[in-house]
Amino acid sequence: MDKKVGVYICTGCDIGESLDIDKLSTVATKKYKVPICKSHSFLCGEEGVDLIKKDIEGEGVNTVIIAACSPRVNYDVFYFDPLSIISERVNLREQVVWCQKPKNGEGSEKGETAQVDEDIQMMGEDYLRMGIVKAQKSELPEPFKEEMAKSILVVGGGITGMTSALESAKAGYQVVLVEKTPKLGGFMAKLYKQFPKRPPYHDMEETGIESKIKEVEENQNIKVFTSAEIEKIAGAPGMFDVTIRQNGNSETMRMGSVILAAGWRPYDAAKVDHLGFGKYPNVVTSVMIEEMALKGRIVRPSDGKEAKKIAFIQCAGSRDENHLPYCSAVCCLTSLKQAKYLREQDPDTEVYILYKDIRSPGQHENFYKKVQEDEGIFFTKGEITGVEEEAGNNLIIEADDTLLGEKIKLKADMVVLAVGLEPNTKISEEKFEAFKKEMAEKDAADQAAPDKTEKEEEIIESHKVPNILHLQYRQGPEIPELQYGFPDSHFLCFPYETRRTGIYTAGCAKHPMDGGASADDATGAALKAIQCMELTAQGKAVHPRAGDQTYPEFFLQRCTQCKRCTIECPFGVLDEDEKGTPKPNPTRCRRCGVCMGACPERIVSFKNYSVDIISSMLKAIDVPEEDEEKPRIVALVCENDAYPAIDMVGIKRLTYNPNIRVIPLRCLGSTNLVWIADAMSKGIDGLIMMGCKHGDDYQCHFIKGSELAEVRLGKVQDTLNKLQLEAERIEIHQFSIDEYSKIPAIFDKFLEKIDEIGPNPFKDF
Amino acid sequence: MAEEKSILVVGGGISGITTAVEAAEVGYKVILLEKSPYLGGRVAKMNKYFPKLCPPSCGLEINFKRIKQNNNIKILTQAEIENISGQAGDYDVTVKLSPRLVNEKCTSCNKCVDVCPVERSNEFNYGMDKTRAIYLPHEMAFPLRYVIDSDVCEGAECGKCVEVCDYKAIDLDMKPETRNIKAGSIVYATGWKPFDAASIENFEYDKQPNVITNVMMERLAASNGPTKGKIVRPSDGKEIESIAFVQCAGSRDENYLPYCSTVCCLASLKQAIYVREQYPDSKVYIFYIDLRALGKYETFYQQVQKDENIIFHKGKIAKIAEYEPTDDLIVEGEDTISGNKIKEKVNMVVLATGMAPSIADSKIPSDITYDEFGFVFNDLQKAGIYAAGVAKKPVNVASSIQDATGMALKAIQCVRR
Repeated sequence: MDKKVGVYICTGCDIGESLDIDKLSTVATKKYKVPICKSHSFLCGEEGVDLIKKDIEGEGVNTVIIAACSPRVNYDVFYFDPLSIISERVNLREQVVWCQKPKNGEGSEKGETAQVDEDIQMMGEDYLRMGIVKAQKSELPEPFKEEMAKSILVVGGGITGMTSALESAKAGYQVVLVEKTPKLGGFMAKLYKQFPKRPPYHDMEETGIESKIKEVEENQNIKVFTSAEIEKIAGAPGMFDVTIRQNGNSETMRMGSVILAAGWRPYDAAKVDHLGFGKYPNVVTSVMIEEMALKGRIVRPSDGKEAKKIAFIQCAGSRDENHLPYCSAVCCLTSLKQAKYLREQDPDTEVYILYKDIRSPGQHENFYKKVQEDEGIFFTKGEITGVEEEAGNNLIIEADDTLLGEKIKLKADMVVLAVGLEPNTKISEEKFEAFKKEMAEKDAADQAAPDKTEKEEEIIESHKVPNILHLQYRQGPEIPELQYGFPDSHFLCFPYETRRTGIYTAGCAKHPMDGGASADDATGAALKAIQCMELTAQGKAVHPRAGDQTYPEFFLQRCTQCKRCTIECPFGVLDEDEKGTPKPNPTRCRRCGVCMGACPERIVSFKNYSVDIISSMLKAIDVPEEDEEKPRIVALVCENDAYPAIDMVGIKRLTYNPNIRVIPLRCLGSTNLVWIADAMSKGIDGLIMMGCKHGDDYQCHFIKGSELAEVRLGKVQDTLNKLQLEAERIEIHQFSIDEYSKIPAIFDKFLEKIDEIGPNPFKDF
Repeated sequence: MAEEKSILVVGGGISGITTAVEAAEVGYKVILLEKSPYLGGRVAKMNKYFPKLCPPSCGLEINFKRIKQNNNIKILTQAEIENISGQAGDYDVTVKLSPRLVNEKCTSCNKCVDVCPVERSNEFNYGMDKTRAIYLPHEMAFPLRYVIDSDVCEGAECGKCVEVCDYKAIDLDMKPETRNIKAGSIVYATGWKPFDAASIENFEYDKQPNVITNVMMERLAASNGPTKGKIVRPSDGKEIESIAFVQCAGSRDENYLPYCSTVCCLASLKQAIYVREQYPDSKVYIFYIDLRALGKYETFYQQVQKDENIIFHKGKIAKIAEYEPTDDLIVEGEDTISGNKIKEKVNMVVLATGMAPSIADSKIPSDITYDEFGFVFNDLQKAGIYAAGVAKKPVNVASSIQDATGMALKAIQCVRR
């Protein structure tokens, strides 16, 4: 496209008072030969916006540079169709005039010739230069559009999967539901009753699972495959090729998105060996109680007689760092419910519930209270130290009674272990051990393989995942886990996000929750699956850059097959061909630019975000000569957190050093090391990078971006050595959006350090 | 296809924002109503989220960005529903807009604040400091526009802000407005309010300045709060040597909120960390009935338990009294583990007050089922109007978001028919 650039400078909100606007305009008109450069005292007002619109319509301006306030504000008044107009915002207000105090006295009165502070003027001019260069180098997005499927694959036919399927179907979408067992219903179908789900939350309810199954089976929009498994999933959102295997036959179909509702399995009670399960017949699990209740009678396995005195042991495996470190969320309520089963079966039965904390959140407290009113149900807070058997297959439970502060022994005819839940997205240890053994045997048979050990470990690691989705992705067949076998997600603010675009988890595959919560969660997952397909079909990105119509393009002729991009992408976007050349899947992409940062050949770029664009911006900064004693520091910052925080510095009228130039990045992970070389050879004295916190409680919206930036920076020493520069000229900070008040000090401290090191010797070249 | 009806979302907290954004990103038109002058609701006032101890403004910023780039969402602040008529798929809603007295020309340049002579209690900081009558609710407020508190503004007689505003953004004659909105479905995400701690007997909340609530603690710990993030005792600004958290302050109590508010245990664990980080020599006492850290939150509890200066007592506090010679307080109760009487002298007490449904105050003018506590029970058989998040049950932020995402789909199902 032939660009016609218009620069529009707002002089309101102190900008006109703090900056010499004529001089600023000259930067645009002289240096960059911008044909149209106008200023207005209230650019976001009707008249100001009209000024721009008239130039677009009348003068053919198609590249609009607005030098005014932060892009965080007035996004609506300065909105121009992104597919026909390139627009760029130069943040003169928050990040220049509002965060600077003029050195030459208080700001002059209106009308007088303002005395402009030289440093602030230089700042404003640099930002304008960078804005113009960015707009000049940017191109209009050309959204990635192909024929996209709009049907949803739901994996798992329990309450979660069925709810996702039904809710999607009710919104008019086609659904394929795959269940590995012969029957729909999952664990809910194995329950006798469920704990209260509706006001007044007092009484147990029927599960209603049969009618739910019927509803699914009768829904025209849902195709159910039972006794079926996913053989493989290839492709990407909007174009997943899903192969389903059923009765030895395989069928491949094109789907738009996937909901993983693989559910849970009870934790193996035998592993909690001091509780006696597997050793004593009358130690049973909560799952066995449901089975018996469903059949009609709860009895002791040893003699088939009803037990008269039953003890429930809570947290059997849960909240135990040797077993399940987390709380399984449902076991307290399950035991309360089962205590009622027993009391209803025989009003003379005594039930003891031995617990650490009774966890009946929200309105479920009503049910707990109801159960507490039952005079045959007793609660004891205690740590169970052991279970022994005595004559008649009766049991003795030993506990430290923490309420009375003494050891107690409790006799019971039957013990129920309230076992926790483990996600099916976690491979069972048995399966994994068996696999390792198999590998070791193979290993013994084949001594010759050269890089055997490393290869082996890689293979073994790759099998630490369950066999559910069988994704044909370079980064492995399943969704990466975060902890305890639950899939990684941006847990909290965006609980549906996973590291595989278009694949959403729901229910107990996400974290432990009860049936009601699972159904709620399943509805949300259905929405996300639908949303992904709708956005993808328009060539738009999904969260967190929802609506972004650019995508990374690869100039593959220059690719050296180093595989950095395919390994580092946090979302597994890129596959590889046999040679190791990346095979992009644009609809899997979240547009963070990590691949762009990773690439040593700089072959990855977006239409409006590229290595060259940022390099050019860096080079556009005017670096004063050494004797002027005006160092230049570039801050590369995350646009989601650090950049708004720097705006806050302005909004709060805090001040920071005027030698800083801020460049926002989509993610710090998109930092390409060449930028550092470019900045340094340009004479920039120091470079400070501000990205989100990483680690277990990461805050990076692209999960790994800020961490990757730090890793990459570890390798920057080579670059600096080549230039004979000090490593201390580069600094990286993990930074949260609410820490804005620390920014002035962070910058000052860095400048002090740079001052000690001395000016960049490349300055005067 | 007939004219597409909007989804009306009532409440601009994290649940309402989520429902609105998620539905809009599918491609539906959404109108988002918020009673206050800015979005963000309760979470905007939080310092950190448990268990990641990350700032809520981070996620809000992303959500606001999603709103900004999406033309499907229309936001009305200072808006409340007056009436609803019609049926699922075709509602007529009357909305009352309170006057902001500042129009859309406001550039948030702050000149008005410098000249405003009137102060008001700052509700954003739960009354712990003051703003001028014209104010920006907080620096990350969205929309970023000033507002005048018409209850305290002296109006045209003063008019100083009008004079100083270069952009003609102040309109002291702005009148309340009534708007009629057509909506295909309505999602109530009206959230919660902190339980009124003053109503708890023997806790002296309204008499003792050093007995505060957990929501106030969030503001004290926040760097944009009344103390710039330094946790000090309200009466004299003293640093904290000892502090007590009283769990279930109102919750799980037949006299107040009979249900469990779900988040208070974790909130106190989090706030215990705030205190311990600022005061390495301090002692924190947590008095609880059951410590409820469900699911993966359990590991956060385990992490906090490792700090031996955070002391857990299973017991219920019956009384909080002033310790006469100083501003300290005595908390009294019974430790149900040891059976001993609890009597602990501390500098400050935080009441872990629960969440009461906001919707209970202004019940929806339509056919909706409520439970005995005033939470909405979503009868999914009756399509059209749904509740999301804490309007439905006391839940934490992540669960609210999950629920609000689901309710976006329920609303879509209704609108697309």
